[in-house]
Amino acid sequence: MPEDISLSIDGTKITVPPGTTIHKAAESAGIPVPTICYHDHCTANGLCRTCVVEVEGARVLAASCVAQVSEGMVVYTNTERVERSRRTILEMLASAVDLSESPEILSMMEETGASHERFPGAERRQPSVLDDNPMYIRDYAKCVLCWRCVQVCAEDAQYTYALNFTGRGFETQIGTFFDRHLPETTCVFCGQCLGVCPTGALKPKREWLLEQGSTMEEVLQATHVKRKRRRKE
Amino acid sequence: MSDFDLTPLRETLTAYAPQGRSGLLPALHAAQKLYGYIPEPVAVEIGLSLDVPLADVSGVIDFYRLFYREPVGKTIVRVCTDPACALASAEGVLGAFNELAGAGTGEASGDSANRHKNQLTVERFPCLGLCAHAPALLVGEQAVGDAAPKQAAQILNQERPMAADHVGGDARTLTAYCGRGHFTSLEEYQAAGGYRALGKALSRSPEQVIDEVKASGLVGRGGAAFPTGAKWLGCAGAPDEPRYVICNSDESEPGTFKDRVLMEGDPQRVIEGLVIAAYAVGSRRGIIYIRGEYTNAFYIMGQAVLEARQTGFLGENILGSGFDFDLELRLGAGAYICGEETAMFESIEGKRGFPRIKPPFPTTHGLFGKPTVINNVETLCNVPYIIQNGASAYRELGTDRSPGTKLFCLSGDVVRPGVYEVPFGVTMRHVLFDLAGGVPGDRSLGFVLVGGAAGAFATVEHLDLPLTFEDLNAAGLPLGSGVLMVFDSTRDVRDVLLRLGRFFTDESCGKCYPCQLGTQRQYEILGRVAAGTPLPGDADRLTEVGWTMSDASICGLGQTAATAVISAMKLWPKKFNT
Repeated sequence: MPEDISLSIDGTKITVPPGTTIHKAAESAGIPVPTICYHDHCTANGLCRTCVVEVEGARVLAASCVAQVSEGMVVYTNTERVERSRRTILEMLASAVDLSESPEILSMMEETGASHERFPGAERRQPSVLDDNPMYIRDYAKCVLCWRCVQVCAEDAQYTYALNFTGRGFETQIGTFFDRHLPETTCVFCGQCLGVCPTGALKPKREWLLEQGSTMEEVLQATHVKRKRRRKE
Repeated sequence: MSDFDLTPLRETLTAYAPQGRSGLLPALHAAQKLYGYIPEPVAVEIGLSLDVPLADVSGVIDFYRLFYREPVGKTIVRVCTDPACALASAEGVLGAFNELAGAGTGEASGDSANRHKNQLTVERFPCLGLCAHAPALLVGEQAVGDAAPKQAAQILNQERPMAADHVGGDARTLTAYCGRGHFTSLEEYQAAGGYRALGKALSRSPEQVIDEVKASGLVGRGGAAFPTGAKWLGCAGAPDEPRYVICNSDESEPGTFKDRVLMEGDPQRVIEGLVIAAYAVGSRRGIIYIRGEYTNAFYIMGQAVLEARQTGFLGENILGSGFDFDLELRLGAGAYICGEETAMFESIEGKRGFPRIKPPFPTTHGLFGKPTVINNVETLCNVPYIIQNGASAYRELGTDRSPGTKLFCLSGDVVRPGVYEVPFGVTMRHVLFDLAGGVPGDRSLGFVLVGGAAGAFATVEHLDLPLTFEDLNAAGLPLGSGVLMVFDSTRDVRDVLLRLGRFFTDESCGKCYPCQLGTQRQYEILGRVAAGTPLPGDADRLTEVGWTMSDASICGLGQTAATAVISAMKLWPKKFNT
């Protein structure tokens, strides 16, 4: 069996098995490192970079959700550099995306002292709500591009490949093949994507309609699905 | 039933289907040649025959600037408005073409919105690698240089041959046959001693070849300056197989055109370098990935590969050595990020060009997850010289810590823009003034952008700096890809920064938050700075966004997207305040 790895995180010496990420190692030492995109059941991609830490001797900060520990590593999770990046990322995110239904991100902003008004006049991503099926809506103005829905729709869970990206850079959005409505795609309405969405960008249609002030009657009307019953012949 | 006759497409796709997803970019290129754009039924057919999920097909189409899901004009005019071209009134040229296309000329309407008018699509485009011919554009696939706004209609209606690239310098070891307006045939190349280095390499062991390259001190010329020998050794020693070698010809750094000049002038040298690399690391398959806008270089390299294959420098049992190696050319599709090595692997594998998390590194987990060596064009062009003349002869050029020669790309306010090959260690003054003729007319030097969009600014105080990795590093100037973009003292650095800012916003892949959001915020703030109306606190915002991108981005694009801004803020802090 390979030998355990010793490292120090914020001055605390710990020992973990090889292959452990810095994020997990820190967690085991009781040092929580914030993250947005990371999910235990999805492939970690190191996208949001709010989990960055400073590793002694490294040129740039390391995304702790993907960077693995190594022997003798000296890690700091709260240096000035780390905090500047973490805070600025959150401030930029708040200037682009509707975070009103992302309680975890909002509390992260509070903890890091990130301001909601840091970037006046900033362009926001504000596409209108996509309401194209009776099961769930897609409100990409709330999307933080954590990729989880795309991943669970593909190899991380369902292998349906209904979702991918449109555009690139700041203009990136989650989308279907040629912007087709979901019922015209390979989507099987498994609901995995809703389960992993951290921001309310994906939401059951009934919940959304109730929030919009629809009556129960209207909700049932709008979300009723005629099922083909198979009869035994 | 679809309105599109899919018969020709189906025939074409039989060539790409065996490659599976890796054939996606070539298939999309081929489809677009047939239909002018990639309509939905065509994308469906491609997805089905290459076994790629449909959502992924449109995701890929959307990622690459040169692929269109909507109809476009018969002729597409792509006007570069990045800094060097902007100095030569590129905005006027863009405006003139927009007028021809029947659209407005303003900033808002000038950006790729005018589809279908007069069968003409006009696009504002990032650097085309034609900076020495500013202002430059592409009409269809044809490069056009030195355009004037009033010539727009004429440019559209009659062919206009491109002027040869000016190539100069004190030590023409790699560029001896470049800049002549045509490319060296295999026969010419051999007559000048070409492919002798390959013979020499094949008569030695791969380890000896790697040792020679290590001893030469050659480092990568794409911008990261990684030691080439160490890279080869890492790949050769990786336990997995097969191994791949890739020539990175996705030259897209604003101000950079040396790799195009090398490929268009002396293509066999690139191939010879790659074959030697392949032999050294034990690879049987190579790829030359050329940026999508470099169709001329792609054509020339294609001809050169055919010639090399016919003559037995590629294929089985090369020069009777028992070594087999062949290569494939790949054409990019408009994405600066694909010059990042892991993004290039993704692109070759038929995906959006998202950079991967490193480690693992390409030498052990590269293309298709296999050990891969990826080298820049100029880097590979050094290899035949090193093998032929030996490491110690090579080290006679340049300095101890920066051996060899370097190609510098001179553009902007200089008398003779072009590529200059000099031994490392000559001064910036020598290159700018003695070779390139200095600033034209009675104007004086203002500043120089060193290293490209991801570079930093130098001023007259830096002129006597020797051009070496060590001296530039000490002065905080990245050598990068060898860009020296010159601006006279009347130029406003804020306009330059705004254009660089737009470049990075346009070219960010969108994967990691610091770059996806930071390039956009940086561009917005630079807009206010350039207009002379920064908000209180904008300088702080720029600094914090800049350092966040530099510290926390996944790849080199994000990590360097603010380098020039931060350098300018240090040199001219007053320009960023209210």
